[in-house]
Amino acid sequence: MDKIELRVMKLTAGMLAIFLLALLYASYARNVGMPACVPYSGVFSKPHLQQIDSNTYEAFFVAKMWSFEPSDVYVPAGSDVDIYLTSSDVVHGFNISEKAVNLMAVPGAINKKTVHFEKAGIYKIVCHEYCGIGHHSMEGEIIVYDKTK
Amino acid sequence: MTISKSLKNILLIELLLPTFLLLIGVYHGLMQVIYRSGMIHSQKELHLDYYQGLTLHGVINAVVLTTFFAVAFGHACMSFFLGKEPGKKASWLSLWMMVAGTIMAAWAMLAGKASVLYTFYAPLKAHPLFYLGTLILVVGSWVAFFDWVVLYKRWCKENPGKPLPLAILGTLVNFTVWFVCTLAVGYEIIVLLLPWSMGYTTDINIPLSRMLFWFFGHALVYFWLLPAYVMFYTMLPKLAGGKLYSENAGRLSFFLFLILSIPVGVHHQFSEPAFTPSTKLFQSILTFGVALPSFITAFTLAASLEYAAWKRGARGLFGWMAKLPYLDKNNGLFGYLICGMILFIFGGLTGIINSSYTLNAMVHNTAWMPGHFHMTVAGPVFLAIIGMSMHIISSITGKEIKFKGLYTLTPYLWMFGILIFSFGLMWGGLIGEPRRTDLGMTYLNPDSPLFRSDWVKTTGMALFGGIIMTIAFIFYFTSIMGTILGKRVKERAIEFPVAEPLHNEKHIAIFHTFKPWLAIMAVVIVLAYTPAIANALKNTGRGAPPYNPDSAIPVTIKNELK
Repeated sequence: MDKIELRVMKLTAGMLAIFLLALLYASYARNVGMPACVPYSGVFSKPHLQQIDSNTYEAFFVAKMWSFEPSDVYVPAGSDVDIYLTSSDVVHGFNISEKAVNLMAVPGAINKKTVHFEKAGIYKIVCHEYCGIGHHSMEGEIIVYDKTK
Repeated sequence: MTISKSLKNILLIELLLPTFLLLIGVYHGLMQVIYRSGMIHSQKELHLDYYQGLTLHGVINAVVLTTFFAVAFGHACMSFFLGKEPGKKASWLSLWMMVAGTIMAAWAMLAGKASVLYTFYAPLKAHPLFYLGTLILVVGSWVAFFDWVVLYKRWCKENPGKPLPLAILGTLVNFTVWFVCTLAVGYEIIVLLLPWSMGYTTDINIPLSRMLFWFFGHALVYFWLLPAYVMFYTMLPKLAGGKLYSENAGRLSFFLFLILSIPVGVHHQFSEPAFTPSTKLFQSILTFGVALPSFITAFTLAASLEYAAWKRGARGLFGWMAKLPYLDKNNGLFGYLICGMILFIFGGLTGIINSSYTLNAMVHNTAWMPGHFHMTVAGPVFLAIIGMSMHIISSITGKEIKFKGLYTLTPYLWMFGILIFSFGLMWGGLIGEPRRTDLGMTYLNPDSPLFRSDWVKTTGMALFGGIIMTIAFIFYFTSIMGTILGKRVKERAIEFPVAEPLHNEKHIAIFHTFKPWLAIMAVVIVLAYTPAIANALKNTGRGAPPYNPDSAIPVTIKNELK
């Protein structure tokens, strides 16, 4: 291997190291995280929304062929929502594109992600994992309303 | 070099059978962009529904075509570079197993009993013959590999101290990765899916089944890619009229693929529960590692091509890019390899985005993903496969390539199509368009309450690109049919363009032995997958019964048989 070649390899390794540092920075300093790992419990299979304090909510979603339950959730603007997600049958997806919330609903396991909704609006939840013949109609909504109005 | 009749027939079947199956595979590719763009709002056209077509598209193009080709190309490399033809019994056995497996899986898919996509994510259940067929196809490819190991050992004994040809190193590395990774999916099929799909067990651990699939599933992409890498290193410089800039770089790259191809599968599961963030982060870092050999390859090949262009009279810093035999009708294979490499620049870079677990949340399971992997598997992989299939068929039958203009134009048209198609899909993905979804039924249907007007332009672009790709494939198919129906004009033989190394290279001992690399491979896999297995077992609360794709009520197998 000649000198130029070794130099290129070092440069490449350096570049990948920069990518990696950017990733660690995003995930630890800016809190752009992975879904949290929650041990399984039957509690999560009852779909409901629960208010914890003035601007914190817990949403327990259950994905099933071919809808989300609850199918529409109302929270005021400025809320933090802890999303808990599981599936009662096959594997489903749960994608809120505007918020980069990208979760898989897997039977027997619990997924969790905390999302902050600052702006009022309708946030569509799209199932993005093939789950059978009704997959393309599987959608839900999180409606973030303006408290002042 | 000459070739026996038996091997010629094996190669012909292994290359032509998937070529004909591609008619189904490509047809369903075209149908998908049509369904997705909202041109038709239906579940089913010509008795084949969207998800069934998607399953056929994935299994035929990504599993059957690639496996048959890898085995055929391996046979050809063994014969040509080691001067030893594979054993007759083993290679026929391997072929018949692969054919039998393909027929079983094809029946299940065409009968609509296996519309579970090529990832066969449980708890969606397919017909047992679908799982079994896939398994027999894989084991058939092992048989060929075991036979090559015997040839390799014999060659080493007869040629002590001689460096192993790079093409053989690449082929053996590739099939070692393939053997190890398919053990996991083999376990998934035999222990989890088969008994469950036949009603002997009631439920299975879903996170575990997905982890086992991706243990195989990501290494699978290197199994697709490495035959193309073998061509890039050992043939492309010669086709360009030059020499290989560095053979040691090639050896290093192949060994890096050996140790890093497998312990990265969890990066397909960043969005999933059950696996802890640290398990995911570790494999994310390893995924960056596996980008290294591709960067090395990019440099070495660019340097080789630059050298070739200089020899052809190129001047200046970028002048070499213009001075390559792009549209030389008597050197069509060059176009297939160079277009593949150009596509792989984009395929590789988007791959690094996907493996960064923070960015992955933006793109996971959206249309971005097929946008990305069509620039890898339908880029360098597919183009190398069809270009080389033509080359081998023409040389072993002694027939001249027919419709050379169409054959030469195919890769450029295909590349153009893919770039448009993938751009549309990736853009769509960034604005939330899901993959694997019959969009025309709802999201791209103006009469549906779910209609999304912002996806009209992106799916339209994918449609436009898809039509161009289909035309490119028709060009290729015409040319290959013309070729096999033509008359024999030269001796039957296996011939490859062979690139010599440019420098007189130092002999680096570690690049000439498998053992230490195999040991590292084992250690890294254990480190990466022990926590993943522990996570899947500990964090999963209940198993899941099987479901058919058309009903929310679990299947009880006994009722189904009645």
